[in-house]
Amino acid sequence: MGEIKLMKGNEALAEAAIRAGLQGYFGYPITPQSEVVEYLAREEPKHNYVLLQAESEVAAVNMLYGAGGAGARVMTTTSSPGFSLMQEGISYIACAQIPCLFANIVRGGPGLGTIQPSQSDYFQATKGGGHGDYHLIVLAPNSVQEMVDHVYLGFELADKYRSPAMLLSDGAIGQMMEKVQLPDPIEYKPDKPWATTGKKPGQERNYLTSLYIQPEEMEEKNIELQAKFKKIEENEVRFEEYKTDDAKIIIVSFGLSSRISKKSVDMAREAGLKVGLFRPITVWPFPANKIADIAARKQVNFFISIEMNAGQMVEDVKLAVNGKKPVYFYGRMGGIIPTPKEILTAVQARSRS
Amino acid sequence: MLEEMVFAGFGGQGVLSMGTILAYAAMKEGKNVSWMPSYGPEMRGGTANCMVNISDKEISSPIVNEYDMAVVLNLPSLHKFESNVKQNGILIWESSTIKEKPKRKDIKTYGIPALKIAAEELKNIKVMNMVVLGALLQINNDLVKKESVLLALKETLPERHHHLIPLNEKALILGGRLVKQ
Repeated sequence: MGEIKLMKGNEALAEAAIRAGLQGYFGYPITPQSEVVEYLAREEPKHNYVLLQAESEVAAVNMLYGAGGAGARVMTTTSSPGFSLMQEGISYIACAQIPCLFANIVRGGPGLGTIQPSQSDYFQATKGGGHGDYHLIVLAPNSVQEMVDHVYLGFELADKYRSPAMLLSDGAIGQMMEKVQLPDPIEYKPDKPWATTGKKPGQERNYLTSLYIQPEEMEEKNIELQAKFKKIEENEVRFEEYKTDDAKIIIVSFGLSSRISKKSVDMAREAGLKVGLFRPITVWPFPANKIADIAARKQVNFFISIEMNAGQMVEDVKLAVNGKKPVYFYGRMGGIIPTPKEILTAVQARSRS
Repeated sequence: MLEEMVFAGFGGQGVLSMGTILAYAAMKEGKNVSWMPSYGPEMRGGTANCMVNISDKEISSPIVNEYDMAVVLNLPSLHKFESNVKQNGILIWESSTIKEKPKRKDIKTYGIPALKIAAEELKNIKVMNMVVLGALLQINNDLVKKESVLLALKETLPERHHHLIPLNEKALILGGRLVKQ
């Protein structure tokens, strides 16, 4: 395995994309994500990728659609307001089944909001985000190392399922530095017979579209997409458990807040409270079956979802628990990061009530 | 071992780079590190800070409530972070900038006139942060080795600034001496 470096999450993401064989990046700067494009611009002369600062996020996502359609390994990164602007294009990409990678380095909203870290784009990321019935494969890194690992994984899953994939990260993970181990660069050789790379004599024309004007055709396309989503749900669920085996209280948390919650678990254990942490790594597909298993355990008293938003993932936790145990929520909004102690206090308050 | 620290001061005083160099040095020794900057609007003209954690185990939260050690280089930072130092923890404050003394008696406090030393003895106030770091390494002498800090300086400073390494090294030594006295 490759070098050890001290890197910011955003820089690590950019470096990982280069090493994973990035062929095209189209984006528009926005805090707290701008280091990605800065890093890619600085490194561009040494590599073969196309780097283009688009005139807007709307343009960037459509460039991704085009280049991805031609079979290139492509990525864009943005932060919340920019990701909203991309939604129309993402819906087209999902329907046309173009593999590509998005990263949303989430900041507090709604609106132009704040530049501080948040997880308030969970609904948008996991429920499709744009119009129509679709999902992205959504990975939620919680460390700088995972900003690297999930780029590799995201590209791989995107290709495997001909689907857009995304990293749902946040401003804190983007801005903080940690030790990372960088994987060896790979030589990317796309194997995409469907790509629009030019029709050869005697060959059928490749055609990528999201327009199926006949409802019967549109329904058929939907059935095909739903079958694919089902396959992803069956095969690609990822999660991490921490001290859940004997836990009476289960914290469910993703991304940055799962890191903070992990410390709260240790603090709770020191205080004699049996708390464990369940962390979805893929927030779509959501690890609902595993949560249902845990909910069936006798010793589990309740779940509490810890998020940096007004309570979004808690809905998925409730669906998974399906009434077997109480599901509570604690969160902070607008770019405020909860402290480990604050989370512990919220857990203790529920355990007394 | 887990050392939770905060470095705070005005933007431009070098608090972020002080934290970076320390984190880098610890990483070079094989430790786990996290460095979390404040990157909000407060950075423009106001105070900047970074939280640095160093551990020989996995670091759970990069954000903490209380610090084993706080390094403050201006008065607003002293006010903000003094109360968040753990009992028996360490507070290092820049005593030629901050005219108020820390109030707490249940922590160890070290007033370091780093700006004065940098201006008078080193003729370059930009290395003030390295004077403070030198003092820190003397106070908490099993955190990282001095050689690792020198290596960190070499590897984190852009090549065009490498001629300043001897000056930084001198600043570290002078900072260390301030504590011995």
